[in-house]
Amino acid sequence: MAHFPLQSDYPSCRPVAPGQATSTVLQGSDSLRLSRRRSRLVRERVIESVLFLAALVSVFTTVGIVYILVKESVIFFQHVSLVSFLTDRQWTPLFDDAHFGIIVLLSGTLTSSAVALMISIPLGTVIAIYLAEFAPFKLREVAKPFLELLGGVPTIVYGYFALIFVTPLLQRVYPDLPGFNLLSAGIVMGIMIIPYVSSISEDAMRAVPMSLREGSYAMGATRFQTATRVVVPAAFSGIASAYILGISRAVGETMILAIAAGMQPNLTLNPLEPAATITAYIVQVALGDLPHGSLGYQTIFAAGLTLMLFTLACNIAGHALRKRFRESY
Amino acid sequence: MPCASASVKVTELRELIRRRKRWDTIFMLVGVLALMIGVLTFAALFAHMALEGIGRLSWDFFTNFPSRRPAQAGILSAWVGSTLVMLTTAFFAVPLGVASGIYLEEYAAKSWVTDIIEINITNLAGVPSIVYGLLALGLFVYQFGLGHSILAAGLTLALLILPVVIVATREAIRSIPQGIREGAYALGATQWQVSKHHIIPYSMPGILTGVIIGMARAIGETAPIITIGALTFIAFLPPAPLTPEPPFVSFEWLFSPFTVMPIQMFNWTSRPEAAFHQNAAAAGFVLVLMTLAMNALAIWLRYRLRKGIKW
Repeated sequence: MAHFPLQSDYPSCRPVAPGQATSTVLQGSDSLRLSRRRSRLVRERVIESVLFLAALVSVFTTVGIVYILVKESVIFFQHVSLVSFLTDRQWTPLFDDAHFGIIVLLSGTLTSSAVALMISIPLGTVIAIYLAEFAPFKLREVAKPFLELLGGVPTIVYGYFALIFVTPLLQRVYPDLPGFNLLSAGIVMGIMIIPYVSSISEDAMRAVPMSLREGSYAMGATRFQTATRVVVPAAFSGIASAYILGISRAVGETMILAIAAGMQPNLTLNPLEPAATITAYIVQVALGDLPHGSLGYQTIFAAGLTLMLFTLACNIAGHALRKRFRESY
Repeated sequence: MPCASASVKVTELRELIRRRKRWDTIFMLVGVLALMIGVLTFAALFAHMALEGIGRLSWDFFTNFPSRRPAQAGILSAWVGSTLVMLTTAFFAVPLGVASGIYLEEYAAKSWVTDIIEINITNLAGVPSIVYGLLALGLFVYQFGLGHSILAAGLTLALLILPVVIVATREAIRSIPQGIREGAYALGATQWQVSKHHIIPYSMPGILTGVIIGMARAIGETAPIITIGALTFIAFLPPAPLTPEPPFVSFEWLFSPFTVMPIQMFNWTSRPEAAFHQNAAAAGFVLVLMTLAMNALAIWLRYRLRKGIKW
């Protein structure tokens, strides 16, 4: 922290010719100078504290999230045991015969995420390799912002698209497909996630130093060989963290699934069936009129806590992967 | 003899090279194909929305309230609600995000507190949006007693886009050469004077880009707003911010119930009648156009930025 006096901050302190200065003037201007300096120091400190408080807001957000989720979940787990939450094979929280088996919702989440990742990981990787290693400069300059636009379309619009456009299209191929299904939601979700996977993977590949490629070409390797055997392994940590971001996007995606996959809890790993995911269940409960403080109200916080823990695990795994495999050049 | 065998080897080698190079071509095609899948999906989505929705797009669609009769239903309360929520979001997210960015780049010394803040921001960016909705439901709606109001929604979305604004601010600040700061300090400027007179103005375009991208994300967010309990059927407008009597400005609208564009669209999509799906397409088309325009503006700004700056 630097606090240098600035001439313009002392309008009363004009240059005084030698000899003219009397001791009283000097004393006056000195105390004035000191008090100004002090007030400016105070002002600087106040501003710094305000900025620091603003930076702390993000920490408070996390604390708030954890506090709210844990607080409501604790009440929930006083009524429902953790064992039955994890092992029960039925999810009927609003029935008289209430069962709370989170595994039912988890199955929907995992199935739809698996479909999405089967689309977004291969396509995203191929696009990233293509843009980083093969595509002419001009195409890359056009394709990158375009992919960003693809990631900027609201998820509600993707949800509508999955239900009204993709599902009928799939029904032509497979007529028995129900109107709500995990497959079309998963496919559209996968396309939505492509930009996240491709842009981070591409950045990682572009960060691989040119000399590695030059070495590979000098040994007589083709572009494809260089890309797959030199660049991709060298950028592995970045590519892996792109995949993990994709996974946490897929797991946390809400509206596409709430619209196109139906909201009935269904313990299945078959993407051709309708099923509710954790996120879709939260939306379904929020749309209804559950009284604040009821057990049904608390289930969404328990479900949210599960979701939060899952994405947190993803983030930590991504962080560890990056650290473990980071190559330094 | 050695001559002949060498020529055989050369043809073998050529064959080998050709085979290897074929993979290059194949991969090029696969790459273009993969890009095309993205392009075509987007084209299909956009064309479908436009074709389905264009018949409903008229002046009335923007000035009518939602209705049970699909032909008379409009998005008046939705776009007014979206605008007001966006204003609230920007009011909280921009100052907080910029201040955090300045603190982390210009003020913060390397310490464990700074480390925690940084890790925390990275983590927050990966939290699913619906979890923010749960936070807002527990904290803003019930604990703070804000109810299902525009203020609660604006605060929620502000927290949601805060990481975007902070990261954009930091990147913009980081690209300012150190010499500018040193020059200002050498002339006796204080730290805040350096920030106010140099850092903030020079990083403004970068910050603006981040804010626009964040707002484009916020305007399409549905899940957190549903979670805090926004109503889907609102046939009235929030109280006007300007009143004829003194003090002429009223903030009652902050506490009013509301609906937003994505929720209106969700409501129409989840109805079984095809006529409502048409309305959903029209609302979706407006929404896509809005987010596309915002994203395009941000991309253009960034492009201009990269070209225009010569330190």
